[in-house]
Amino acid sequence: MRPWQKVLIVAVNIYLLLFFGPVAGFDIFRIIPEIASKPSTLLQQLLIGIANGSIIAIIALGYTLVYGIIELVNFAHGDVYMLGAFMSLTIIGAFGVTAESTGAQKIVAILVAFLGAVAFTATANVTIERVAYRRLRNAPRLASLISAIGVSFILQNVGLFWGGLKAFFPIMGVNAAAPKAFPELIGRIDVFKDILGWNVPISFSTKDLLVITVASSLMIGLRLFVQYTRLGKAMRATAENRDAAKIMGIDVDRVIAFTFLLGGSLAGAAGLLVGLYNNTAVFTMGFTAGLRAFTSAVLGGIGNITGAMLGGFLIGILAAFSDQYFSSRWTNAWVFAVLVLVLVFRPTGLLGESIGQKA
Amino acid sequence: MLELKDVHTYYGNIHALKGISLKVEKGEIVTLIGSNGAGKTTTLRTIQGLLRPRSGSIVLEGEELTKIPPHLITERGVSQSPEGRLIFPRMTVLENLEMGAFSRKDKDGIKRDLERVCIVFPRLKERVKQKGGTLSGGEQQMLAMGRALMANPRVLLLDEPSMGLAPILVEQIFQIIQELNKQGTTILLVEQNARMALSIAHRGYVLQTGHIRLQGDAKRLHDDEEVRKTYLGEE
Repeated sequence: MRPWQKVLIVAVNIYLLLFFGPVAGFDIFRIIPEIASKPSTLLQQLLIGIANGSIIAIIALGYTLVYGIIELVNFAHGDVYMLGAFMSLTIIGAFGVTAESTGAQKIVAILVAFLGAVAFTATANVTIERVAYRRLRNAPRLASLISAIGVSFILQNVGLFWGGLKAFFPIMGVNAAAPKAFPELIGRIDVFKDILGWNVPISFSTKDLLVITVASSLMIGLRLFVQYTRLGKAMRATAENRDAAKIMGIDVDRVIAFTFLLGGSLAGAAGLLVGLYNNTAVFTMGFTAGLRAFTSAVLGGIGNITGAMLGGFLIGILAAFSDQYFSSRWTNAWVFAVLVLVLVFRPTGLLGESIGQKA
Repeated sequence: MLELKDVHTYYGNIHALKGISLKVEKGEIVTLIGSNGAGKTTTLRTIQGLLRPRSGSIVLEGEELTKIPPHLITERGVSQSPEGRLIFPRMTVLENLEMGAFSRKDKDGIKRDLERVCIVFPRLKERVKQKGGTLSGGEQQMLAMGRALMANPRVLLLDEPSMGLAPILVEQIFQIIQELNKQGTTILLVEQNARMALSIAHRGYVLQTGHIRLQGDAKRLHDDEEVRKTYLGEE
């Protein structure tokens, strides 16, 4: 291709983006002055993006772990996360804590909800693997993919049903399909202004702090676990070559089940965190969050643990910027535009090595 | 020590092993030779439990292996350097060797065997921190063998250790196999390079399309007219 042709293609693309972009909120003549007039908003959105991104990242880890080990995009994973949020809500409802409860009551309720949600989603994920994927492991890959989509629908309906059990769980409210309100258990105390006494234009609340700390600890913990423990090494070996892993004496079925257990636990933790952070849970939340998390995993390089974390933060930040500067209605479209661009131009993702290479 | 009796293995509907019976005694090197598709690799995969025989029995020191899962077969003392080596490319050389000892609990024994592998394969010792995938073909073969030795196996299965290696490396690998055997390791060796294999083995079996065609003393096979013509390429 001649240089002038390349220039022409780039020019046409820029023209199209400027022409059609504003439809989806990408109007740089509005955005640039907006950023220039109030740069602190940019930092604020960055912070929100990081907090949301850390939740997306721990969901993305579930996709990437499972893909890494059995090359299955587990479309039901987002819905397992939704069940985690529902379980948390149910437990918090059972404790009857509200924003007015004492600190000790809130802490106990949150801890029990954390353990309960994690145990529940971990069990659910292991059961799903056992029932819906294990038998299909040697079948063509499309079979387990379709099975995953089927499980996803089943779980969404479980969520819908669960949301309608107001007779047992009053916290679910009146309407089965409506978003459920999570009580405000973590106050919005500003860490910078009220605790540290700094006079800065952006706010960093205790909620942001909690979400970022918990999510980061889980990610670092997982990274270290996979790197250094015996079981973590067995997971990597199974991911790299299943037959060789069997020869080593690794019980591959158990390792795969354990991978689902880890992924499910992270999804449960994410479900509680998002409830505490955004104070809402709805039975379709797994679908949206799942697609964002999946995009993050692909962006970072699916199968790559560090990549999923990086992708989660980047997608979180992109979504926060889009919400603020483009148009929140178009945020998902921008996220999927990233997915398409990554798949077209760099299918291995930012940190991924060549896909499916089993040397 | 290891005995296969009338083993039949299928790939789907393809009858790959049509009644293989063979024996490996303690301290021996036994070689399986034969052309492509004769069933050599299938035999090793069946012993390891990666493939299940439809009938027949595989007995290791009195214990039936066909009924127990592959990871327990390794624990019972069968390990192999598989066809294509199948090292873990993104794990370090040391991690690869550690995985070889996965089914063992005796820390001291593992440490001893790691030292032993480093003595047998000094090249691996120099590269312990390197990723497996960055090694050369010869080094990967050494890693696959070292990894199999880390299991401290009763029977070591070697699948085509000479494949894709320069002649000088082949010679080196075969010397190492002989050396390991002198140190007391029982070896079942699958090879395309029949001449080399028969020169170091005690006994041999010739496989042809899933049957055992000939068997016996390695020297006798080496001098057998049919073997010379078909597998050693002599007129």
